[in-house]
Amino acid sequence: MSQPSISKSMTIGESGLAVVFAVTAFLCVIAAAKALDAPFAFHAALSAAASLAAVFCIVNRYFDRPAMLPPAEINGRPNYNMGPIKFSSFMAMFWGIAGFLVGLIIASQLAWPALNFDLPWTSFGRLRPLHTSAVIFAFGGNVLIASSFYVVQKSCRVRLAGDLAPWFVVVGYNFFILVAGTGYLLGVTQSKEYAEPEWYADLWLTIVWVAYLLVFLATIIKRKEPHIFVANWFYLAFIVTIAVLHLGNNPALPVSVFGSKSYIAWGGIQDAMFQWWYGHNAVGFFLTAGFLAIMYYFIPKRAERPIYSYRLSIIHFWALIFLYIWAGPHHLHYTALPDWTQTLGMTFSIMLWMPSWGGMINGLMTLSGAWDKLRTDPVLRMLVVSVAFYGMSTFEGPMMSIKVVNSLSHYTDWTIGHVHSGALGWVGFVSFGALYCLVPWAWNRKGLYSLKLVNWHFWIATLGIVLYISAMWVSGILQGLMWRAYTSLGFLEYSFIETVEAMHPFYIIRAAGGGLFLIGALIMAYNLWMTVRVGEQEVQMPVALQPAE
Amino acid sequence: MSFWSRHQIFEKNSIILIVGILLVIAIGGLVEITPLFYLKSTIEAVDGVRPYTPLELAGRNVYVREGCYLCHSQMIRPLRDEVERYGHFSLAAESMFDHPFQWGSKRTGPDLARVGAKYSDDWHVTHLTNPRAIVPQSVMPGYPFLSQTEVDPDSITDHMRTLKAVGVPYTDDQIASAGADLKAQADPDNAGGDAFSKRYAKAVVRNFDGKTGTPTEMDALIAYLQMLGTLVDFKLYNEKANLR
Repeated sequence: MSQPSISKSMTIGESGLAVVFAVTAFLCVIAAAKALDAPFAFHAALSAAASLAAVFCIVNRYFDRPAMLPPAEINGRPNYNMGPIKFSSFMAMFWGIAGFLVGLIIASQLAWPALNFDLPWTSFGRLRPLHTSAVIFAFGGNVLIASSFYVVQKSCRVRLAGDLAPWFVVVGYNFFILVAGTGYLLGVTQSKEYAEPEWYADLWLTIVWVAYLLVFLATIIKRKEPHIFVANWFYLAFIVTIAVLHLGNNPALPVSVFGSKSYIAWGGIQDAMFQWWYGHNAVGFFLTAGFLAIMYYFIPKRAERPIYSYRLSIIHFWALIFLYIWAGPHHLHYTALPDWTQTLGMTFSIMLWMPSWGGMINGLMTLSGAWDKLRTDPVLRMLVVSVAFYGMSTFEGPMMSIKVVNSLSHYTDWTIGHVHSGALGWVGFVSFGALYCLVPWAWNRKGLYSLKLVNWHFWIATLGIVLYISAMWVSGILQGLMWRAYTSLGFLEYSFIETVEAMHPFYIIRAAGGGLFLIGALIMAYNLWMTVRVGEQEVQMPVALQPAE
Repeated sequence: MSFWSRHQIFEKNSIILIVGILLVIAIGGLVEITPLFYLKSTIEAVDGVRPYTPLELAGRNVYVREGCYLCHSQMIRPLRDEVERYGHFSLAAESMFDHPFQWGSKRTGPDLARVGAKYSDDWHVTHLTNPRAIVPQSVMPGYPFLSQTEVDPDSITDHMRTLKAVGVPYTDDQIASAGADLKAQADPDNAGGDAFSKRYAKAVVRNFDGKTGTPTEMDALIAYLQMLGTLVDFKLYNEKANLR
């Protein structure tokens, strides 16, 4: 990037990445030819095609672009890189709807088992990981990547580091989702909850995640602000810890490098502990720390108020990440895991209540002096209600981690209800709120297409959540009580199947709740689509932001 | 003032911030996970637990592939109702050769840790093919396709070799005869039956799906289900010595 030279040449990144993808395409073709099982052949062929497409895109982009790469600044103002953010926002909405839809399908399967169709690809056991991965990693992940790339640029007042690297992160991550998701349908799974993808998908994710960390970190390092903004601490903790968890939980030995099946290095009790150390902190760092970063940027921004307490955010940050990592064993209460580990897990889970509510207070109190905006701004209302749901589920969680409570709640729908009050209420709503803010900002629109539709979305989705979680509370507690019910003669009162039968009405209510949540998301997708399509006329930026037209 | 301003070192230095994060998140995991690898009391001293036979392993792989753990736990808790409903509470030793563990976290269906020998093979074939043919209120998916897929006796050797590499104590003998053993377990008339039974204590030799020919995934899955929880003889199990 020397200043005036007009001669156009490929950057090292462009040529290097093109060569790497060309080689990858070649290797994938070989792998596809030598594959031992059909899903592996399919994934190898898919990867070969994707690698070739990547080479084409890199070369094509090179021919289309001006000789100079986009400048870091224009007229002394940072030239923010919005392309990858737009891509990730779009994918978030796409995967969100797909994930909610699959959730509705599997909820319906539990009410009407004929919907499994007795086919391998449509059975509950294969669709359920598709649902969880689609909503957590595909929807949530894209929201996190999009928002983190936006927040880190704005709060550091510099353009995102790297030219191709951010694109590699967003496209590569979505390709991981594609491989993982199609794998589940084809029966490629490690059957470790929330860590189902097989070894090759895991390896690919590792590469993408390191690139993500580097882009994020490099942007922070070249920042124009002396301080790293709070939200970025949380994003950084999320990225770093997810990397550690992913590596810790997934070391596996493939049966063959040309086959999809692998065996995990850990066995039995150690595997259980690693799994829930991972599993609970996927909640703690993916679904909590990452989305708290969103809270710390988007709520103050939308409410036009500073964060309530800077000191509270320091305590909140360190206490949360220190305590969360201990909480995993509460998923293994009364199992063969030694008692000392269970007790430690329970103790720290209860302590975790405090930083969680510290964070909630910091988010809610940011509204002081601006509470009236809740009446007029449904987006802000969504963000604030998400924090309220966060407070509710972070109270429920520590309560359920108490061993006596857990002896009732574990293995029942109560857990499912708890997860969804967090996932739909907290993660879902804070993501929706963030996307409602982000899309107009990234596409340079003055505002959303329709605030009225946001209002509809808010109420329909809220009703859906209420139906969902109350149905699961009732069914979970009911089932837990039925399992342990004794007759006056000292016999177990109910057979297992009687408890299954008793769940039926609640499974229908739950499916209805999920359906409402999905309808809300469809309204949102339409609203965002129209914001991008129709809302165009509203753009007026004083400075020319386009590099060259 | 002094305490809060000291925090600036993290706010102004991304590398120090990352190191701080790494240190803080490392502690909990290290304290909780590492001792499980060296504390002798973690896994009980029990007789009878052995690695899976080739056919059981193939069946377990079907169990893993279909995500059965999402609705069935394999972990009986030491609570009165569970012990009465399912049998002796699960020991850590009983899953020590499980890669991955399949304890599960949800019971949409019943616990399977001791389902072995509870029902007949016929029951399992009918139930897996169409659960509602036996249990009308069941919400389990049907798995009729398992009867139509044969298990590959040749590739199971590589699976066992891989498991050995991650710590499952398969003998060379067991690995060498894996393919033959896989067929022998599903065929009572097979000449290799005796040798197989010597290699795997308490392994059941039966034609699980009732059909002749190469074992199917139905054979394999039922062989796996029928051995679950049957290896430890709890009459001989010393509960006091293993109190933790």
